[in-house]
Amino acid sequence: MQFSTKAIVIGGTAGLSAALSAPAMAAPGTMDVTVNIPRLKVAEYHRPYVAIWVEKPGAAAKTVAVWYDYDMKANEGTKWLRDVRQWWRVSGRTLTFPADGITGATRAPGTHKVSFTRAQLGATAPGQYTLVIEAAREVGGRELLRIPFTWPAKAGPGGRAEGTSELGTVSVSFR
Amino acid sequence: MKKTLLGFAATAALVALSAVPASAHRQWMMPSSTILSGDDVWVTVDAAVSNDLFYFEHQPMRLDAIKAWAPDGAEAAIENKATGRYRSTFDVHLTQKGTWRIASESDSLMGSYDLNGKTERLPRGTNAANLAERLPAGATNVQTSESSSRNEIFVTVGEPTTTLFQPKGKGIELVPVTHPNDLFAGEAATFQFLLDGKPASGLTVTVIPGGIRYRDQLHQIDLTTGADGKVEVTWPEPGMYWVNVTTPQPERTEGAAPPPPARRASYVTTLEVLAP
Repeated sequence: MQFSTKAIVIGGTAGLSAALSAPAMAAPGTMDVTVNIPRLKVAEYHRPYVAIWVEKPGAAAKTVAVWYDYDMKANEGTKWLRDVRQWWRVSGRTLTFPADGITGATRAPGTHKVSFTRAQLGATAPGQYTLVIEAAREVGGRELLRIPFTWPAKAGPGGRAEGTSELGTVSVSFR
Repeated sequence: MKKTLLGFAATAALVALSAVPASAHRQWMMPSSTILSGDDVWVTVDAAVSNDLFYFEHQPMRLDAIKAWAPDGAEAAIENKATGRYRSTFDVHLTQKGTWRIASESDSLMGSYDLNGKTERLPRGTNAANLAERLPAGATNVQTSESSSRNEIFVTVGEPTTTLFQPKGKGIELVPVTHPNDLFAGEAATFQFLLDGKPASGLTVTVIPGGIRYRDQLHQIDLTTGADGKVEVTWPEPGMYWVNVTTPQPERTEGAAPPPPARRASYVTTLEVLAP
């Protein structure tokens, strides 16, 4: 499959991996992440930039999704990526944008489900991992949540974290 | 050769003038960002000399000696230069990824000579290149020492790089053990300082957080470089910090003869510490 230089693969697309998921009873191979972006009553609202990555002690952080204004002219939306500052430090600053497979558009307030395979998560080795999600909003605040998980994972709900400002509930489940 | 030399009495003049670098107002540069992303990246820098950090309330910093270097070592343009009553400002177009250096560096000679039975001080602005022309005919017992000052800041587009930290071997220079654009509150950072290219122990390091105007205490951190020229700082809070490194100032007793001129060097940088 060939992409032109401007074409990007939008990452974490829900649905596709569901269709391809392994038969029931097999060890889970997919993590579903449900992200609530709160509706805020503010005079000037912009959808937050959101980064989702996986940390494992001793390993480089692996970005699995970054939602930002990737379709602005001259790639202008990348100017504010550094405001997702923990992510920028551990992973973002090493990437080239738009980054294939992980770039996505900003999401509106509401609940969004994205799915990642074990390979996408960089969780092929058994062990302890942490899913980290950080949101930074233009003229707004920033919030970071962590959800530890273990691989191999049990099917079903796998942890949640409650945001208080820029993020609502974030939960993961395995299938 | 007709020159107007400052004809101060030797002792008083040496004490008064040589005290200036240590007790002067604080010189600083303040970049609009130190950590940047994007494809068309600019930084704007304010440059001033002030009492409070970082408020432009006293004198603009002179931009004559300002230069910028791209991560690959090429010198880059200083654009949109302006000097106002209290501050100077300029832009740098950051056309490469990596860590950039923006610096004002100068070297001068301080010292004295004897003429007609009196000891005179070298005028301000003397340097190795113009010493001969500034010395009046008949000057004897010429004593000089070199004074080097460097005020530099670092800004990084994308991933921090260290290509620009090759020591030049002159004055005080920073060697990053911790990268100066990768600082977070609560974490310790280590920097090594060189004097004339060699790790320098006993340098005086002063760290002051910005925002002085709105607090009663300076919250100054006083450090001294160790045997390997290194200091460690644990950042108490996020914000911009002023870091000043100087060669130690000898103690002077009132009325005592001035010490022989010693190598002097000063270094200033502004560091941004992010919230974790």
